[in-house]
Amino acid sequence: MGASSMIVLILAGLAFAGGAILVAKIITKTTTNPQKGEPYECGIPTHGKTWIQLNVGYYLFALVFLIFDVELVFLYPWAVVAKKVGWLAMGEIIIFFGILFIGFLYAHKKGALEWK
Amino acid sequence: MIANLPNYIFFFLAFIAIFFAIMVITAKNPIHSCLYLVLTMFAIAANYVLLNAQFLAIVQMIVYAGAIMVLFLFTVMLLNLNADSEPVKSNLMKFAGVIVGGTLLLLFTAALRKSIGDAEPVMNSIPMQIPNHSNVGLIQNLGWVLFKDYVFPFEAISILILSAMIGAVVLGKKEKVQLSTND
Amino acid sequence: MWSISNIANWVNEWLGKNFSAAWVTVFEMVIAGILVISLFAVLGLILVIMERKVSAWMQIRLGPNRVGPKGLLQSAADTVKLLVKEAMTPNGADKFLFNLAPYLAIVVSMLLMAPIAFAKDFMLWDLNIGVLYVSAISSVSVISILMAGWASNNKYSLMGAMRSGAQIVSYELSAGLAILSIVVLTGSLNMNDIIRSQADGWWIFKGHFPVWISFIIFLIAITAETNRAPFDLAEAESELTAGFHTEYSGMKFALFFLAEYVNVFIVCAIGATLFLGGWMPFHIGHWEGFNHIMDFIPSSLWFFGKTFFLIFLIMWFRWTFPRLRIDQLLNLEWKYLLPIGMINLLLVTAMAILKWHF
Repeated sequence: MGASSMIVLILAGLAFAGGAILVAKIITKTTTNPQKGEPYECGIPTHGKTWIQLNVGYYLFALVFLIFDVELVFLYPWAVVAKKVGWLAMGEIIIFFGILFIGFLYAHKKGALEWK
Repeated sequence: MIANLPNYIFFFLAFIAIFFAIMVITAKNPIHSCLYLVLTMFAIAANYVLLNAQFLAIVQMIVYAGAIMVLFLFTVMLLNLNADSEPVKSNLMKFAGVIVGGTLLLLFTAALRKSIGDAEPVMNSIPMQIPNHSNVGLIQNLGWVLFKDYVFPFEAISILILSAMIGAVVLGKKEKVQLSTND
Repeated sequence: MWSISNIANWVNEWLGKNFSAAWVTVFEMVIAGILVISLFAVLGLILVIMERKVSAWMQIRLGPNRVGPKGLLQSAADTVKLLVKEAMTPNGADKFLFNLAPYLAIVVSMLLMAPIAFAKDFMLWDLNIGVLYVSAISSVSVISILMAGWASNNKYSLMGAMRSGAQIVSYELSAGLAILSIVVLTGSLNMNDIIRSQADGWWIFKGHFPVWISFIIFLIAITAETNRAPFDLAEAESELTAGFHTEYSGMKFALFFLAEYVNVFIVCAIGATLFLGGWMPFHIGHWEGFNHIMDFIPSSLWFFGKTFFLIFLIMWFRWTFPRLRIDQLLNLEWKYLLPIGMINLLLVTAMAILKWHF
């Protein structure tokens, strides 16, 4: 079907989700009471703001992930032709991985991959 | 109309990209800004597909919409940027901002003028030529080019990534001392 | 002999005879849309009852057995139940994002259906970078989770979303490396090319040891990416009630639930395509007679059989391994799977160049 299938799928997804939510909205009965809209935190009254400062570890992992993701993107064109190119491809990727491995070891040694 | 279709799609996508780019800087909530940025990235990726550069489009999505947005969202959540915690900007900062923005605008205008001057014949031959038969953006060709002409830059990239990784680790370690943690 | 692609061709011809070209396109788009929506709904129903029956079987109990024959209509009854439940929005929530997130989750899993070959010559989009398309779209799914978790204005949701985000992005790398090893062997990112390269045996048999390692890494990575136990920290019931969808109820919750199950199906379908030959029947090298007998089983049956086998494996994991802590989870990825995946990719490359595979 080609690229138009993306449009079909997006529309199908919206129609499916929208239809389900709409039907549910029509047939359900809504009630209101003052406690209903409060955050569900297992019955204990919520304390403080929700949008708090989170652990810096998440940020660090996201950063390291970004770097590896960029590396992975470069590997795709390489992987497609690697078999035809032969040993040159092998050599190229060994150097590529070798240099990256230094960074990986550095991050490992500095404890950046440690959850704290 | 059919012949002009790529043109219409292009203008539609360009409109979306610019509209959401404006939304990024006008949105009050930083998280909303991030999500508008995702939409801008998508519109740009779709434009790449229109130019038959599928690999670039996919990379745009993997790296920007996937990885960088996650990083942005994490950062925004981490820094707890709220309207009330926004630092007050001094006049000097505003002045510097205007200068930097103006210079960037000047640069873009100059680049645009030059490219329009160079591309005069192309611009006149609307409807736009969509290079359907060219294989410029295809991944196989990209792979071959990577081996034929750009072996050294390919390796240089790994050093670039290495430096980025070391930078990330150093930055992350430094911040860890200053920020309190709670999860 | 009937096959799905024959039916599709027949429908195409019939439409072509009776309508003009533009209408044929429109009708085909509508048919494709209806098919995908019904596949979505049916998959949801089947996978939920399968999960419950498999877990019952693993724990030597009966599982749902009241609704319908042997309880097989249980998930239909559950759907009706979820349909009549009120879908509420908490007061402090970011209403727009809160309501948008389920749509995004569904659309992303819909889009992932595009390059999957369900049977011989039967796929929505024969994309020349199919594998890459899957990695790109699935990397967007994390945004819907972060959106839902953040918009809920609930600490459990936010923490679940952050954990889930960190987990999904981390394991994407391992999944990518495992996929790359097959790309190196086939030299193509097109799903059909990858399947056709397995006409003389699936990669899991042809590729020996390095492909087995890739396969195992891929299985671990997809289990983590779909947030399933033992990697279900994002919704660890005992710590975070329900993770990022704590505040969701009724149909909005059901949509997240459905998207999660469909994602399990999709990643298993990708795994089946890459490692187990997709719709390719079980072939052994040049045993023409044997291969010919195997061809009598329809290709769609092969595809769904392999996919459901992988889904069964993933359900099996759930009842075998205890849940990991977040530090263990990240350690497993960054200290073991990623370096192993990188070295394994080198091994696979050497094997591909030396032609050590069959």
